[in-house]
Amino acid sequence: MSVVGHAPPPFFKRGPAPLVRLAFFVSLSLVLLVADLRFHTLEWARLAVATAAWPLQRVTGIPIDAAGDVGGYLSRQRSLLGENEEMRRRQLGTANLLLRQDHLEQENKRLRALLEMRERQPVEGRIAEILYAARDPFSRRVIIDKGSHQGIAPGQAVVDDIGVIGQVTRVFPLTSEVLLLTDKEQAIPVAVQRNGLRAVLAGAGAGMMELRFLAANAEVQVGDILVTSGLDGVYIPGLPVAKVVKIDRDSSYSFARIICAPLAGVERHGLALVLGGRTALPPQPDDVPATPDQPTRGKRVKKKVR
Amino acid sequence: MQPTHSSRRILLPVRNWFIVLTLFLALVLNLVPFGRFPGIPDWVALVLAFWCIHQPLKVGMAAGFLLGLAMDVADASIMGQHALAYVLLAFVAAGWSRRVLWFPLAQQALHVLPMLLGMQLVMLVTRMIAGAEFPGVLWFLSSFTATLLWYPITYVLLTPQFQPEDKDVHRPI
Repeated sequence: MSVVGHAPPPFFKRGPAPLVRLAFFVSLSLVLLVADLRFHTLEWARLAVATAAWPLQRVTGIPIDAAGDVGGYLSRQRSLLGENEEMRRRQLGTANLLLRQDHLEQENKRLRALLEMRERQPVEGRIAEILYAARDPFSRRVIIDKGSHQGIAPGQAVVDDIGVIGQVTRVFPLTSEVLLLTDKEQAIPVAVQRNGLRAVLAGAGAGMMELRFLAANAEVQVGDILVTSGLDGVYIPGLPVAKVVKIDRDSSYSFARIICAPLAGVERHGLALVLGGRTALPPQPDDVPATPDQPTRGKRVKKKVR
Repeated sequence: MQPTHSSRRILLPVRNWFIVLTLFLALVLNLVPFGRFPGIPDWVALVLAFWCIHQPLKVGMAAGFLLGLAMDVADASIMGQHALAYVLLAFVAAGWSRRVLWFPLAQQALHVLPMLLGMQLVMLVTRMIAGAEFPGVLWFLSSFTATLLWYPITYVLLTPQFQPEDKDVHRPI
């Protein structure tokens, strides 16, 4: 307030009080949190900023990559030779299967045609390298080096040489984000390989998974292999997923607690295969409509008279 | 002599571009993909707390909010998680700055430790409410490494403000 034509000296002006500012920024952050968690409206902002920050992110990754390269260079020749030998042995071991694969596929096709079943969809894959694990310690995600420019789309399944790793959740122009199977938010429909029992496998954190909603007396044993059932239209059926490690059958709960360990090197780094999207399954039948309203007793049917 | 209020060591005024540069470098350091290796300090939180304590009139909650948004995107976490935690950190750090700067560096670090732990706790509570998994106790190790870094980072960030050691008898102060 100017009393005699002078403004008050500026060094006491500090804007709103700290508590007011705190309340403003905290409420702004909470609005952002709710907007992102509940409505998923901020993906475009994330995409824009992540694309702009991509070169910077690659530059910061250089020292780590270089350290890995130096470590690899210094690894002993003997271990390389051993690895080579092992690879050759494995190739010979699988040659038998590989040579017959073509023949078996043809035969399968013919038999399926005879049975008039839907043909199994051929799936093509794209090899990608896992760059690094996302920094967020609360979720299990990795970043791979293929993005929408290479034709990756959200929802595609990612596998390695042993089994399923996870699913592509976010796609940036040159990278994509893969949600690992062990994340708490990830669920995958599976079937027990031994008897075809279907269930849903969900991440349980700490690198493990849990087979949910199976009755306490369900026919599952320790050591059972779980494969994808393909009911979701995302994963092709028959991919190995996990192995049952521990079963708690507590009769006081209606469901058994079944802990599984992933088969694939979910938490390791290396190469992965992004499978092409499946063609959509036939649409689910609509819910059976409620029985057409029949005149109930005591209620008169009114006829419209014009 | 340690650069604290009680030591009568007079510093040159800070340059604004240096504050911006150090905060940006901290952001870049945070982008280095270490994966789930425990004990990597949150550089942005550390440098932000430093400037909030040393320059509470220049760096405050607005800077914390913007840096938090940048970290939310870089981390692929939920939007607002880092922003909320950094804003609270900036508020506490700026509020305590008058008190903290009178202590020697080791005791300053002991003040910074609960600030950083509180910031991690805010993030933990936010994410647990949103339904994420507990990242493990080792995750809190990063606050302790950051606290150990308080001593070196004070000297690094205050280097441009130190005056030459040679005494000038004609200088008034």
